[in-house]
Amino acid sequence: MDKDFKPNIVGFLCNWCSYAGADLAGSNKLEIKPFLSVVKVMCSSRVNSNLVLTSFLWGADGVLIAGCHPGDCHYEKGNYYARRRFALLKKIMESLNLEPQRLQLSWVSASEGKRYAEVVNKFAEDITKIGPSPFRKNQNL
Amino acid sequence: MSDVLKIKKPVEEGITEFLKFLLEKNKVKGIFTLRKAGKTDSFSYSLITDVEEIKNAAPLTPIMPANAGQLLSSFTLEDAIKEPIAVVIRPCELRAFVELTKRTQANMENIYLISSTCAGVFPLKSAQNGKFSQLLPKYWEAAKKSEVLASLRPTCTACEHFVPALADITISVVGNKNLTEECSLHLNTSKGEELAQGAPGNKTTEKLNDKELAQLKELRLKEREKLFASVNDKNLGLAGLVKTFAPCLSCHGCRQVCPICFCTLCDFDSKTHEDTASHYQSELNQKGGARVPSGTIFFHTGRMIHMAVSCVNCGMCSDVCPADIPVATLFSMVGESLQKLFDYLPGRDLEEPAPSETFIENEFAGLGE
Ligand code: SF4
Ligand code: SF4
Ligand code: FES
Repeated sequence: MDKDFKPNIVGFLCNWCSYAGADLAGSNKLEIKPFLSVVKVMCSSRVNSNLVLTSFLWGADGVLIAGCHPGDCHYEKGNYYARRRFALLKKIMESLNLEPQRLQLSWVSASEGKRYAEVVNKFAEDITKIGPSPFRKNQNL
Repeated sequence: MSDVLKIKKPVEEGITEFLKFLLEKNKVKGIFTLRKAGKTDSFSYSLITDVEEIKNAAPLTPIMPANAGQLLSSFTLEDAIKEPIAVVIRPCELRAFVELTKRTQANMENIYLISSTCAGVFPLKSAQNGKFSQLLPKYWEAAKKSEVLASLRPTCTACEHFVPALADITISVVGNKNLTEECSLHLNTSKGEELAQGAPGNKTTEKLNDKELAQLKELRLKEREKLFASVNDKNLGLAGLVKTFAPCLSCHGCRQVCPICFCTLCDFDSKTHEDTASHYQSELNQKGGARVPSGTIFFHTGRMIHMAVSCVNCGMCSDVCPADIPVATLFSMVGESLQKLFDYLPGRDLEEPAPSETFIENEFAGLGE
């Protein structure tokens, strides 16, 4: 494992739950690994799979999609669709042997600042262990 | 058990005679089927309204110049066809037609669906060297015996859904020992019965030949394993994927002929994904080199995300690829894994929503940890 490796992780956080959760973690001064580039989306269902794919193609080592817990989506059903879409994309990565561990979905509510920090830190740790994404250096995409 | 109309003629002649009867007796206003085009071995799908023209119909010729589901969508997209027509199409074409109808890209009203237990089709290239007719005796022999011909379209050798779902009439081909003497039309629905009312031939009742069909299925499943292994043997991964698509010229022909790719403006042709100078610049800075044109892996994996769950395994995409990339094999393989995940089979049921358009509240409970 490369000790100097600092992963590049893209985090799509839904505005109403997970982004607020991140905010709470921040105001509580919880320690969070600085590897996540946050993209605020209105709902986890906004995360069109092409956004995830583009993130990987442009060199992300991991992609985290975070939204409200099932039943709590601000738009009622958004995260159910997001979950299906995630399952589909994950399965495609699995079938093509494209390191599906680099993609994660997590439910984080607005009051779960602590959980937010745990989720991000754990994911950052996992990705650090896996190492840099093969997309990073590939000139043939 | 279903009612069966038996016409004492070789299968293709028999069905042609039946189609002629439909036009003559005004049961339908038109027939959509393959037709000989010119003197050579060329065939195209056509709408025939002139009884005289039926002699050029080639309804069971084992070639697929386009997926008929896509063609039927092209003239039923705006509105249902006004007068009844009968279509003779293969099971995967019918499944594509159903998928398109589900997505309001086609309309099945006024259409009588005739299909067959399908022995497969040859690659388009085999009808381009003037020797196509020489392939046919072997084809019909293999069909009779429920065997798999290695020279078929690769996806056909590996297709397990060769018994049509939702057809009004099914022509018995696979494993039918009498197909050079008689044509058996299984009347599956009341619409099918209605068409066959008064047609020349004898009516009986019988089941499709389950045993022979099961035999072919078993063989095809074995082929399927081999076929999937052929694209998977390098274990894919990014390196394998890059290698597989290295010769891709980005013509997007595979998408053009795919019946499931119905968008008027494909996301991958839109400005959204046009790579600008600054993108290339950052690629060069980061990687010290970039493929031009870029976006090959993006296009193929992106297209997979959009449609592979509804891939009907027709093989059109591989067949038109100028670079001989096994596109259909990959899409079928990934498609199958998605279809298993969602317990979905494209085209089996008009009422079954496409997986991305629905959800179940308590599914995938483990996700989101
Ligand atoms: S048809 Fe072949 S060459 Fe053309 S885009 Fe598809 S895979 Fe690439
Ligand atoms: S991806 Fe290829 S095999 Fe699948 S439906 Fe489209 S054209 Fe047919
Ligand atoms: S608003 Fe948070 S998941 Fe939909």
